[in-house]
Amino acid sequence: MAEVLVLVDHVDGEIKKVTTELLTAARRIGEPAAVWVGEGAESGKARLAEFGAEKVYVAPAELNDYVVAPKAELLAKLANDASAAAILVSATPENKEVAGRTAVKLGSGVLTDVVDVDAEIVTEHSVFGGSTITHAKVTAGIPVVAVRPNSVAPEAAQGAAVEEEVSVELSDAAKGAKVTERVVQEKGARPELAEAAIVVSGGRGVGSDDFSVVEGLADALGAAVGASRAAVDSGWYPNQFQVGQTGKTVSPNLYIALGISGAIQHRAGMQTSKNIVAVNKDPEAPIFELADFGVIGDLHKVAPQLTEEIGRRK
Amino acid sequence: MGVQGGWPPAMNIVVLVKQVPDTATERKLSSDDKTLDRAASDGVINELDEYAIEEALLLREKHGGEVTVLTMGPDQATDSIRKALSMGADKAVHVNDEALHGSDALQTAYALSRALGRMEFDLVVLGSESTDARTGVVGAALAEYLELPQLTLAGKVDIEGRAIKVQRLTDYGYDVVEAQLPAVVSVVEKINEPRYPSFKLIMQAKKKPVEKLTIADAEIDAAKVGLANATTETVDFAPAPPRAAGTIVKDEGDGGTKVADFLAEKKFV
Repeated sequence: MAEVLVLVDHVDGEIKKVTTELLTAARRIGEPAAVWVGEGAESGKARLAEFGAEKVYVAPAELNDYVVAPKAELLAKLANDASAAAILVSATPENKEVAGRTAVKLGSGVLTDVVDVDAEIVTEHSVFGGSTITHAKVTAGIPVVAVRPNSVAPEAAQGAAVEEEVSVELSDAAKGAKVTERVVQEKGARPELAEAAIVVSGGRGVGSDDFSVVEGLADALGAAVGASRAAVDSGWYPNQFQVGQTGKTVSPNLYIALGISGAIQHRAGMQTSKNIVAVNKDPEAPIFELADFGVIGDLHKVAPQLTEEIGRRK
Repeated sequence: MGVQGGWPPAMNIVVLVKQVPDTATERKLSSDDKTLDRAASDGVINELDEYAIEEALLLREKHGGEVTVLTMGPDQATDSIRKALSMGADKAVHVNDEALHGSDALQTAYALSRALGRMEFDLVVLGSESTDARTGVVGAALAEYLELPQLTLAGKVDIEGRAIKVQRLTDYGYDVVEAQLPAVVSVVEKINEPRYPSFKLIMQAKKKPVEKLTIADAEIDAAKVGLANATTETVDFAPAPPRAAGTIVKDEGDGGTKVADFLAEKKFV
């Protein structure tokens, strides 16, 4: 069976959930081969094996010193050497760029923001703010597919996870943009927005930069915090937490929208969430069209009561 | 560093713009060839492109030079060109050829790289993604084709001489990325606040030069662009099934408890 390369997302050896989702999807197509860049493969390997990785390619951390291009050179080389059936990456902004460059190198095609992929590498997409479902495929070369986190249910299956060290001679062009510093701004220990199983977002209705009503509920649920564009534009919450058309796209099992009207700008970033709960004062707010459960009321009353209720039921 | 208004221009900046269907209108694919149905909705400039134009104008104000708009698209794309020119860009290049119809993101990057190949520039600036296709790969693919440093997802841009430094947005905050010009920069919306065109600029924009290019002019290989040569194919499309109508209740002092009941039913608590 042909190899399916899966680019591993990890933070210092701890692999992200999306990688287990990608390995699960890869098994439909062929034999999953994980591609690990940087330190920590030793500690992460067991989990890759648990989700069916037959092979783990380990590439040096230096590839992270430059923007995107080195990973593309690595993936293109591995894909060519192994005559891979496909390359799967998570549909994060960075990995979509990796996917694009890799496909250019391979002379193949790239499909992004995929919400499902089958054995024939036909992909499903939710487009135009979730109003349209499309299916697509790559028609030339080795398909490069970027899958949205939380789209594929991870299923365990034992793999051998045979480690193989790989190196790649980087071209000068790949070394053009050097990362000279990494600045961590994320606050607290909440799950990452794109990956979180539950997201609680606040919008205009929060009314100020005091997001504690949103954060309190999020923490009670072990959720990530998001914000609408209105809240971010008002300076109430940092930009990297913005959910929507020009922010992040999330697809959690549960999305709770507090004081968010649900303009297309926001819907485009959360419409594929499995369960949607909305709290809004305005009974006409379009968010209620999406909601599985909605409360017409003041979020400053409803959310604290909910937070307390969750605490009581734990 | 150049002097404002000096000649030759201190910095040549090319801004890429794309005309997209207005997100406020209903957007459709065409049943004929599964490409965007441009007649179904009003065309507007891609929102993030306005931030790219603004950044280019700010850099021109600081370093001197010239801002050229580059777009690829059908006749209607002239609306977006005019918008960019009325914000203050100096001139425009419009690659318009029936052969480009149906090009995917990588083909678009290829075609733009060819058009850029015949222009002189120090910097290419674009929005980090378009509101229609939302692939977010054009900036990266363009850097790949041009073999130039990729400074994408920038929330801040600083240029000193030939050195460029950006803050690249990441999940955890940002990376500081450094390179030498020429380079490709894509911007995110936190980078600036796009200006509104003044009446004076709107009037001036009508007289600014717009160069029209066919694919032959831009030396774009016809075998590498267009729907027939696309590296991806839309197999089918359909309206998303409507979500089952949810339960909407009015808060009677027990709204939070009712949500908790719903979450318990769904096994979230």
